[in-house]
Amino acid sequence: MAKSIDVSDLNIYYGDFLAVEGVNMTIRAKAVTAFIGPSGCGKSTFLRTLNRMHEVIPGARVEGKVMVSGQSLYDPAIDPVAVRRQIGMVFQRPNPFPTMSIYDNVIAGSKLNAKKMKRSEADAIVEKSLRGANLWNEVKDRLDKPGMSLSGGQQQRLCIARAIAVEPEVLLMDEPCSALDPISTSAIEDLIHELKSEYTIVIVTHNMQQAARVSDETGFFNLKAAGQPGHLVEFNPTTKMFTNPDEPSTEAYISGRFG
Amino acid sequence: MSTTTPLEPDTFAISANLAQPRLPRWAVVLVGVISLGLAGLVTLLTGWSLVGGLVLAILLMVAGLPTWSLLVEGRRAAADRFATALVWAAFAVVLVPLVWLIWMVVDHGLSAIDREFLTYDMRNVVGSGGGIYHALWGTILVTLAATVISVPIGLFTAIYLVEYGRGKRLARATTFLVDVMTGIPSIVAGLFALSLFVLIFGPAIRIGFGGAVALSLLMIPTVVRSAEEMLRLVPNDLREASYALGIPKWRTIVKVVLPTALGGIITGVVLAISRVIGETAPLLVVAGATDSVNFNLFDGRMMTLPVYIFSQYSSPGVVPVGMEGDPPGYARAWGAALVLIVIVMVLNLVARIIGTYFAPKTDRRR
Ligand SMILES: Nc1ncnc2c1ncn2[C@@H]1O[C@H](COP(=O)(O)OP(=O)(O)OP(=O)(O)O)[C@@H](O)[C@H]1O
Ligand SMILES: [Mg+2]
Repeated sequence: MAKSIDVSDLNIYYGDFLAVEGVNMTIRAKAVTAFIGPSGCGKSTFLRTLNRMHEVIPGARVEGKVMVSGQSLYDPAIDPVAVRRQIGMVFQRPNPFPTMSIYDNVIAGSKLNAKKMKRSEADAIVEKSLRGANLWNEVKDRLDKPGMSLSGGQQQRLCIARAIAVEPEVLLMDEPCSALDPISTSAIEDLIHELKSEYTIVIVTHNMQQAARVSDETGFFNLKAAGQPGHLVEFNPTTKMFTNPDEPSTEAYISGRFG
Repeated sequence: MSTTTPLEPDTFAISANLAQPRLPRWAVVLVGVISLGLAGLVTLLTGWSLVGGLVLAILLMVAGLPTWSLLVEGRRAAADRFATALVWAAFAVVLVPLVWLIWMVVDHGLSAIDREFLTYDMRNVVGSGGGIYHALWGTILVTLAATVISVPIGLFTAIYLVEYGRGKRLARATTFLVDVMTGIPSIVAGLFALSLFVLIFGPAIRIGFGGAVALSLLMIPTVVRSAEEMLRLVPNDLREASYALGIPKWRTIVKVVLPTALGGIITGVVLAISRVIGETAPLLVVAGATDSVNFNLFDGRMMTLPVYIFSQYSSPGVVPVGMEGDPPGYARAWGAALVLIVIVMVLNLVARIIGTYFAPKTDRRR
């Protein structure tokens, strides 16, 4: 079951540094939500609070509320490990496991959790995930080679395959296409379209066209001023955002008249 | 003119600037030979020692090649030649004692080693004969026990320091204590182990296990330090990748962090072993010395190779009547030293092989 996410009054800190301030939004289930905004405004930071990856950094903490399908994500009773099993993530920088082969990297989610799986089952998952990430044709003959032997863009797609192999209910993608060529990018966008029917997807992108193409709703983050925390400027359906935004700064950013 | 074909003159100008006069390839060899020749001549004429001549040759080389280079190739190339010559000279100077030592030990020790030497102990041996069988086994057992004690303790400490204790006061205290432990003189470790076992078993106790405890005191800080370094080298991205897949922290450590750092950790452990395997004083104090084989770490004295070398050298026995030369103990000491060095070298080799075998395969061409 896909999940919707309700965020209210969320402040995100790194130690004493307030990185993102006062975010309110509702991320719909079975829809694609895109975040856009200038570099350093806290898109990645906000994304990481949605599956409790933020607290992995020493001193990092949040204030406010994140509700996932009616459950408070930051309730003390919630197990972050269980959260991350259901809310998967693709990172901004590709990070395949260097000790593992391509094959093992794809099924790392099950393998590292020591889940018993038949070989044929694992084979099927690997092929399906790699096809989804548009990597299958390139690596099908060398699945036993180390994951690090791939090019940067291939590694990124490997990480996407790894994230979808565990079939999370929500998939958070932090600039998944920033290192990819147009063909792979469009394959990933096709994948997003396909996954949308079952999963909730949140994607960070610097590519306006991509945001316009793939997303149903878009959030625009910005810094109030240099040295100030980032905040959510506008959150609206993508069509409205790109044709008739509420805020003048959104329009300025989207049309490239920013800064 | 130049507006119609603007690129061509520029290209020629650039390639003209890029070409620099270079010394021929054989220049290095030539300067080396001349330096050696000159130094040899001076040595012969003044009657210096061989070492003096070699030092002079190196100095001539380090001075001569850059000077020639300065005249032909210019300043930057000359500085490069100078630095290169210095590095090579330093390398040679470092190698000299090592090669010399190995050559000495092989020269003296090889003749002592035969079948009997490796398979006999020293029981009832008067004069020549006898061997290191008991000491060899003692060293293997004591070192193995020390490794078994120190690797888990050291590794778990390192895991705590890197994965759990970041910035905590306990972690800082631990790091400080480990650093202090690194500086403990080995004899003190031996005396500590001795008094510990005297407290437990009463006075005049000598057991091999005590030696293992003393050695592990010396090993633990090395293991902690090297494992800590290796764990810190594991990028945080990998931990995050694992967490994001819903892997608990302990599984992430066991299955992602440790395998990634495994090569380095094993290398560190083996280097720690080869550091303590030659310890003499603590073993002499706790494990004692004996002439016979003892396979039981927990009962009675146990001979080890360093202690064997020490005792053979300090009481080498007497030259049999009617024979000439050194007392028989000296040859046995050299032989045992050679065996010890071979063991350490093999350990190092094994560490290298294991290290490269387990190293993460980041190389794109593999
Ligand atoms: N680990 C960290 N510790 C402290 N501050 C951090 C950390 N990571 C990010 N920040 C700060 O938080 C702010 C937001 O960073 P974030 O990475 O979320 O930006 P972003 O919007 O994803 O930018 P980009 O588009 O370049 O990826 C920045 O000011 C950054 O310096
Ligand atoms: Mg980012």
